Amino acid sequence: MDLLANLSIGLVAAVTAQNLLYCLIGCVLGTLIGVLPGIGPVATIAMLLPVTYALPPVAALIMLAGIYYGAQYGGSTTAILVNLPGEASSAVTCLDGYQMALQGRGGAALSVAALGSFFAGSVGVLLLAAFAQPMTELALKFGPAEYFSLMILGLIGAVVLAHGSLLKAISMIILGLLLGLVGTDVNSGMARFSFGIPELTDGLGVAQIAMGVFGFAEILINLEKQGTRSLAAKKLSRLWPTKEEAKLSAPAVMRGTIIGSLLGILPGGGALLASFAAYGLEKKVSSTPELFGKGAIQGVAGPESANNAAAQTSFIPLLTLGIPPNAVMALMVGAMTIHNIQPGPQVMTSNPALFWGLIVSMWIGNLMLVVLNLPLIGMWIKLLTVPYRMLYPAILLFCCIGVYSLSNNVWDVYMTALFGFVGYIWVKLECEPAPLMLGFVLGPMMEENLRRAMLLSRGDPMTFFTRPISLGLLIAAIGLLLIVVAPVFRKKREEVFVEET
Amino acid sequence: MKITHPKDFYAGLMFFGFGLAAMVLAFGYPLGTAARMGPGYFPRVLGGLLMVMGVALAIRSFALTGPAVSPIAWKAVGLVLGGVSLFAAVVNTAGLVVATTVLIIVSGLASKEFNLKESLISSVILSTAAVLLFIVGLKLQFPIFPWGM
Repeated sequence: MDLLANLSIGLVAAVTAQNLLYCLIGCVLGTLIGVLPGIGPVATIAMLLPVTYALPPVAALIMLAGIYYGAQYGGSTTAILVNLPGEASSAVTCLDGYQMALQGRGGAALSVAALGSFFAGSVGVLLLAAFAQPMTELALKFGPAEYFSLMILGLIGAVVLAHGSLLKAISMIILGLLLGLVGTDVNSGMARFSFGIPELTDGLGVAQIAMGVFGFAEILINLEKQGTRSLAAKKLSRLWPTKEEAKLSAPAVMRGTIIGSLLGILPGGGALLASFAAYGLEKKVSSTPELFGKGAIQGVAGPESANNAAAQTSFIPLLTLGIPPNAVMALMVGAMTIHNIQPGPQVMTSNPALFWGLIVSMWIGNLMLVVLNLPLIGMWIKLLTVPYRMLYPAILLFCCIGVYSLSNNVWDVYMTALFGFVGYIWVKLECEPAPLMLGFVLGPMMEENLRRAMLLSRGDPMTFFTRPISLGLLIAAIGLLLIVVAPVFRKKREEVFVEET
Repeated sequence: MKITHPKDFYAGLMFFGFGLAAMVLAFGYPLGTAARMGPGYFPRVLGGLLMVMGVALAIRSFALTGPAVSPIAWKAVGLVLGGVSLFAAVVNTAGLVVATTVLIIVSGLASKEFNLKESLISSVILSTAAVLLFIVGLKLQFPIFPWGM
């Protein structure tokens, strides 16, 4: 079987001492930032981008991927023990996880979250491996018109699934596309939006924006709502769920895995949306919905499985089509570009060791994470006692060093500070920054494909509608838009995110 | 007229402003034709779209009511981003250790629970860690002290 042969290529690539080490580093870092509230995977990956210069590309991608799914494991610890989302995607876990901890069932909540995540992660990786080949073959049939339509679909999906105002999400995407165009135009060599500043002719960096908007702005917002944290349980008596709890969790884990895997692939989806949707589903199918919010174990098992499944499957569109479905994957595009890898269907054929190595490493990483999170839970709890006033200057420092070393230029640090301020204003105005990140990465790709498609069709825009795959993608995009303006769906969409407030 | 939904209204104004700026700048770039798009084509389309979205958002805001925009915490913003800028300003000349200390103390002042002794201790720990990790470990190019090294 092809799949087995491919996986064995991956196994060989992933199980070298160096790659295992970077997988472990990524998982530990991911758990760390997952546990710590106030810093997420986007800022961390951005911070570490320059560090990966020195690494071989496989090791770099393995480490960065580990941070993303590692954060899904770590986030649940804080949610359960402190009632704070260590990670945005664990926000719903607080509802029932913290209640369980108050009732002395914190250990059970933690182990169900970790084991559920492991199961979901394994399924997610398998799906990724299984879908890689057919998706890649499909993608190789794509011309510029198809790519352009696919990006339209992706961006519209990001709008539909983003929470908050639709108009604002669309505006943020367009603004992101514009920011992506800053710098020298590849076709004409003309510097656009550069104001004669040499640094701007190279364009804005994905790390500057990500660190400013997701790192600095986040810190500014956190400083405004300085609160105290209290640990629900300093010691955990029993780590394992009771038989009854296990019986309740197993189907919830299954459902969470399915919903998470699906939402991970969708543009604009990913771990955050998956956990909210899974919580809503669990509440709906449960025969005892009144127990939710009072320590129902399904409310932990479902969302925690879902967010990890989604973290794995969101790699599918990135690795096969070269289109990032969410902000974290947008940064992975940045990471691949640093190593001169153009994300897209050709990665699998031109660089099979990297492609399959990454996939296999994700399963190994999930295994490491169960070990890191369950027996070592005491260590992570200790970390939570570090007060935020000591934590945030350290985060700032690592951001500064990271962004400076991108090109050894302090200009990058100033730009990051500027984006920190802008990002802070966006939060104040309730403008979600994730769609902007997607737009930023897709901006140049979209323009390039639009130009090429129009050149091939001699300026006839009908090319997007006469080519069947392109037409199909556009119909899907229009369908999505129509659904979203339909009143029934609007209400549903608000419901999904209602738990957050 | 009374602004009933300030968050949407100001967001609309902001998007309109960005769109307008993009539009004005893009008029300096050749438009090209649909078949051979110049560097001004796509930016103009996007700028125009963004202006429309901004106007739509601002107009719609009068039909909605929403909470006021919470005030900007200028002091915290200034200290945090000021600390970051100071880091950038001194790192090349004064070195990583001084820059770290400046960043930790200035940005630390933004917290209501600031404590100088604690900040100094964490400066020492963090600058040691940063030197070991980034300069010794990852071989990044930074001067460590004002006199080089």
